[in-house]
Amino acid sequence: MTVTATDHVKLTMAQALNRALRDAMAADPAVVVFGEDVGALGGVFRITDGLTAEFGEDRCFDTPLAESGIVGVAVGMAMNGMRPVVEMQFDAFAYPAFEQIVSHVAKMRNRTRGRVTLPMVIRVPYAGGIGGVEHHCDSSEAYYAHTPGLHVVAPATPADAYGLLREAIASDDPVIFLEPKKLYWSKEEVELGAEVPGIGTAVVRRAGTDATLIAYGPSVPVALEAAEVAAGEGRSLQVVDLRSIVPFDDETVCAAVRSTGRAVVVAEAAGFASVSSEIVARVTERCFHALAAPIRRVTGFDIPYPPPKLEHFQLPGVDRVLDAVDDLQWEDS
Amino acid sequence: MLIDPHGNAVDASGYAAPDGPALLRAFAALVTARRLNDQAYALVRQGRLAVYPSSHGQEACQVAAAQVLADGDWLFPTYRDTIAAVGRGVDPVEALSLLKGDWHCGYDPYEHNVAPHATPLATQLPHAVGVAHAARLRGEPTVVLALCGDGGTSEGDFHEALNFAAVLRAPVVFFVQNNEYAISVPLARQTAAPSLAHKGIGYGVPGERVDGNDAAALLTVLGAAVERARAGGGPQLIEAHTYRMQAHTNADDATRYRRDDEVAAWVERDPITRLEAHLRERGLLDDAQLADITAQAEHVATHLRDGLNRDVEPDPAMLFDHVYASPTPQLTEQAALVADELDREGALR
Ligand SMILES: Cc1ncc(C[n+]2csc(CCOP(=O)(O)OP(=O)(O)O)c2C)c(N)n1
Ligand SMILES: [Mg+2]
Repeated sequence: MTVTATDHVKLTMAQALNRALRDAMAADPAVVVFGEDVGALGGVFRITDGLTAEFGEDRCFDTPLAESGIVGVAVGMAMNGMRPVVEMQFDAFAYPAFEQIVSHVAKMRNRTRGRVTLPMVIRVPYAGGIGGVEHHCDSSEAYYAHTPGLHVVAPATPADAYGLLREAIASDDPVIFLEPKKLYWSKEEVELGAEVPGIGTAVVRRAGTDATLIAYGPSVPVALEAAEVAAGEGRSLQVVDLRSIVPFDDETVCAAVRSTGRAVVVAEAAGFASVSSEIVARVTERCFHALAAPIRRVTGFDIPYPPPKLEHFQLPGVDRVLDAVDDLQWEDS
Repeated sequence: MLIDPHGNAVDASGYAAPDGPALLRAFAALVTARRLNDQAYALVRQGRLAVYPSSHGQEACQVAAAQVLADGDWLFPTYRDTIAAVGRGVDPVEALSLLKGDWHCGYDPYEHNVAPHATPLATQLPHAVGVAHAARLRGEPTVVLALCGDGGTSEGDFHEALNFAAVLRAPVVFFVQNNEYAISVPLARQTAAPSLAHKGIGYGVPGERVDGNDAAALLTVLGAAVERARAGGGPQLIEAHTYRMQAHTNADDATRYRRDDEVAAWVERDPITRLEAHLRERGLLDDAQLADITAQAEHVATHLRDGLNRDVEPDPAMLFDHVYASPTPQLTEQAALVADELDREGALR
């Protein structure tokens, strides 16, 4: 990544993503942005705001409404020297592109023995918590994570959003970039150009000694808040933010769990056959003897995402996380 | 149609037939194409190829698709278009890698600008648009020829690709080989459109129909479409009417869904005998030349046979090498597991 001068600014995650796109486009003429309403409107979440004005129609353009076509055209452009960054308007509207993603985006490198690489990013505003109506709140990460050949990342902070998106665009592998919608408006000081840990690296967001909360994307703030409440009750919870689902950072996650001996995975997606189940399996396989209790999960229920008035039942909340922590067989230790 | 099934020139107003050398070149390619189709079919029976969707009977389409493109142009083939890929310069042994049952496409797509063949129907068509659009943004004169079958025109990606190409004015020629069948399903069950070329109308893409067994007509019509796209005229849709003379693949039983007399009727319209009659009539081909052309075809077939008869032990370790630019820690672990299994197997032997 070629960001030179560091620059401290207070940005929302939405603004950080916009800055990342702008900086990447300025740094490399091969970077092109396209999708539905990304031009004059700047995207329904304004992530591409101002890009067409600054870089012109050839670099940031609206496409017809056809997600498979958007991703398929991006495949062709990536085959031919460009670095496309495409936007899926919402999580559930990426499904028409699924065939392209699974059969081509994920496989092109392998079926050409590395000759044809696809440096492309598929940005997906994802997950719930914004009172969205049906088809606007899906946590679709498991579909992508289950597909060999894709990198799958989900930032939880504006700084990570900037750093991970710059890295995703610079990557020669395709990246599914999951943007937690409910965090778009969260704000923090971002040091543009600062080194952030790379894709494939998890970070410990909060130190703690009694149990480890493992979270990613929209669930990270929930885990942090739970840790804060627990601290008031005399329990020290460590919080790990995965940042990257694929590649998965076994090392950081397992080291964290070994240090506390107890863990709860927090994730918004339905729990059955999910990323959260994978985390439990991996950690259990590797850290069984360090565990004082079975790992618990706090996830969405295995139901279609509920309507706005009921969504708080579906979302892992602080209370449920703390209840799960309480269940970690403390009486035995 | 520029040449009728008996080899006679037909006057098609507005279209000039290709010149003698171009026709002769196409004829030589047709003879090789037929020979390769038959050779590949035989290799399936001998267990050297896993499956072969033959373009027997469709060779004029295959040859013309390759011949109308310039250096630097791109071809996006399907599983049935091995011959077109070979026509662009791809080694037939490599072109058949996936059909041999290998995990990769064999050739370097950038060497001849031939994409790895797509099996999920019509999914290659948006890629073709993307390649063309990228070239156009950089001001390069590239044209992309994207192949698909009649059945493929029912898939969503066919429609999305046509629409994108039209909106972006991408230099793509969509070339549909209507061979009357999608496995067992005849065209009448595939579409109620008056023709497949009509499908362009809704997208503002000009469509044209051409006799798919007439190499001269194909060269002319496809050639004009390619040059129009190169000149900035936007995408076009060409439907060639042809016929799949053999079963869908060796694994298919065509007698379950079509009658032998239907197939027999198409023998008369064979693209090779037609062009041969025409060239002989015009004095452009004699027995000596034909012998040369046949010998050359035999030579290519021998190369294919030898290549596929060579046993290359696949290396399972390579299955992990190209999934990502650099393997994830998980893949590294899994590759080590396989390597260990192989070591232990080796120790036992
Ligand atoms: C998306 C998808 N669905 C189904 C298939 C299975 N399939 C392979 S070939 C074929 C028929 C295609 O017919 P057509 O497009 O006319 O091409 P042809 O085989 O006649 O050349 C089918 C159904 C596939 N490859 N891809
Ligand atoms: Mg067909």
